[in-house]
Amino acid sequence: MNENSENSLIRMFHVYRRYGSKAALFDISLDIFKNEFIFITGPSGAGKSTLLKLLYLGEPASEGQILVDGINLSRISRNRIPLLRRKIGIIFQNFKLINSKTVFENIALVLEAAGKPRHFIQKKVATVLRAVGMEDRQNSFPLSLSGGEQQRVAIARAVAGDPIIILADEPTGSLDAESASQVTGLLKEFHIRGSTVIVATHDKEFIRKLNGRTVYLKQGRIHPPPALL
Amino acid sequence: MISLYFRHALRDIGKNRFVNAVSIITIALSVIITCSFILFFINTSDILTLWKKGVGIMAYLYQDVPAEKIPEIQKKIGGLYSVEDVRFISKEEAFDVLKQQMKRQSSLLENLKENPLPNAFEIRMIASSQTWEKVENLASQIKSIPQIEEVEYGQRWLARFSYIINLFKLSGYVLGILFSVASVFIVANTVRLVLYSRRDEIEIMRLVGASDRFIKVPFYIEGIILGALGGIIGLIVLFITFVSITSNIDQSITSGAFQIRFFSYTVMLIILISSMFVGWLGCFLSLKHIIKTV
Repeated sequence: MNENSENSLIRMFHVYRRYGSKAALFDISLDIFKNEFIFITGPSGAGKSTLLKLLYLGEPASEGQILVDGINLSRISRNRIPLLRRKIGIIFQNFKLINSKTVFENIALVLEAAGKPRHFIQKKVATVLRAVGMEDRQNSFPLSLSGGEQQRVAIARAVAGDPIIILADEPTGSLDAESASQVTGLLKEFHIRGSTVIVATHDKEFIRKLNGRTVYLKQGRIHPPPALL
Repeated sequence: MISLYFRHALRDIGKNRFVNAVSIITIALSVIITCSFILFFINTSDILTLWKKGVGIMAYLYQDVPAEKIPEIQKKIGGLYSVEDVRFISKEEAFDVLKQQMKRQSSLLENLKENPLPNAFEIRMIASSQTWEKVENLASQIKSIPQIEEVEYGQRWLARFSYIINLFKLSGYVLGILFSVASVFIVANTVRLVLYSRRDEIEIMRLVGASDRFIKVPFYIEGIILGALGGIIGLIVLFITFVSITSNIDQSITSGAFQIRFFSYTVMLIILISSMFVGWLGCFLSLKHIIKTV
């Protein structure tokens, strides 16, 4: 244990993820600290998304230990998984908004699931929508929005529950340059406000703009980042 | 939280109108089919009960049996096993009853030179002995009395009818259970269709930290509401059909002795609760499967 380990929000010890005989992640050991901005980068298929999935238990690790805010994910019971996920705001490349629900309902869902009272939800949704500049679209349905707007709604949803960790899986992957820049700006802002942000991306422009630690994955293993990054 | 679950359930029913309408119709049809059987049984058992309470056997005397012999014969019949009560109906009394029953046509009887009807005994049996074999046995014992010309147990057809009814009853129970099980499966599959179309939604809900209960309860409420609507619609359709059929039946067929009846409020409540249970069970079975796989 080094002196920083006390500040570790996420600790991964010799983590493996295998699909049958094929391994997607090999022997990953990684500490992520409170209020850190960290990029998980690497070529396609390197295991970036898999690593994020392990953190929110989208998939279990095949071997090794993962601690998230003191919770050991290999020992967590099924009914405590929602509690873990409420500590984490997740942003996906394909937004994962519920198309049959309005923008307001999509964001309110996170707070309803956490058992927040109605008046609190009203206020909080308005606040996060204002933060992402979407306050006038709260009654729109996701499919009537542009990709950039949908991603801003997804970001609003991710931060609505005041998570201690924001995970973003290729958040700019399907956006045009301008929308990508807005999304980058928002993530930076939430980081400044105190969130730990973990972004899986191969968008070099994104990495250059934000001054964060970079973890480079290649074929499922952590490597030193190439010089061009 | 419950009001939140209710709001979610009602909103989701509104959003998936078509599939939910299919579920409601399925439950309504199951209610109609199963309850038609039950209604049929209730009313036919009424007829049987009436028969059991009513006249068991009529014994007719020869015309030439002297009046003073009658009390002796009555005593003899009364002493037979399983006889509860023997009543003498004189030929005059029978003639009067016939006249009354014929009403306007009674003038036909006035031309008769003599009363053609025989003296008779009406024999009622002890209720517990009214099995078909015992009725037959008693009838043959009465027939063996020399003064008795004929023994009639006119409800013979009813005995056969009761046999058929019992057969129907058995197949009715089996069919009722089959229909209930079938409707649970159909509802379960219909709900599964809804759930499959909402798989992504369920997955997203889980990713944003929704507990299993938060996801399941609105679906359960939805199932119960669909069940209740199906049950109510089924009962209304059944009632309308029942009224239109019974209004065409001449009440004189039943001699006013009993009323063809619909379900009591208690039975209707039981049917409603059962259909709500079926709706819930359908949801429960599908959700169990889907929640595991998402």
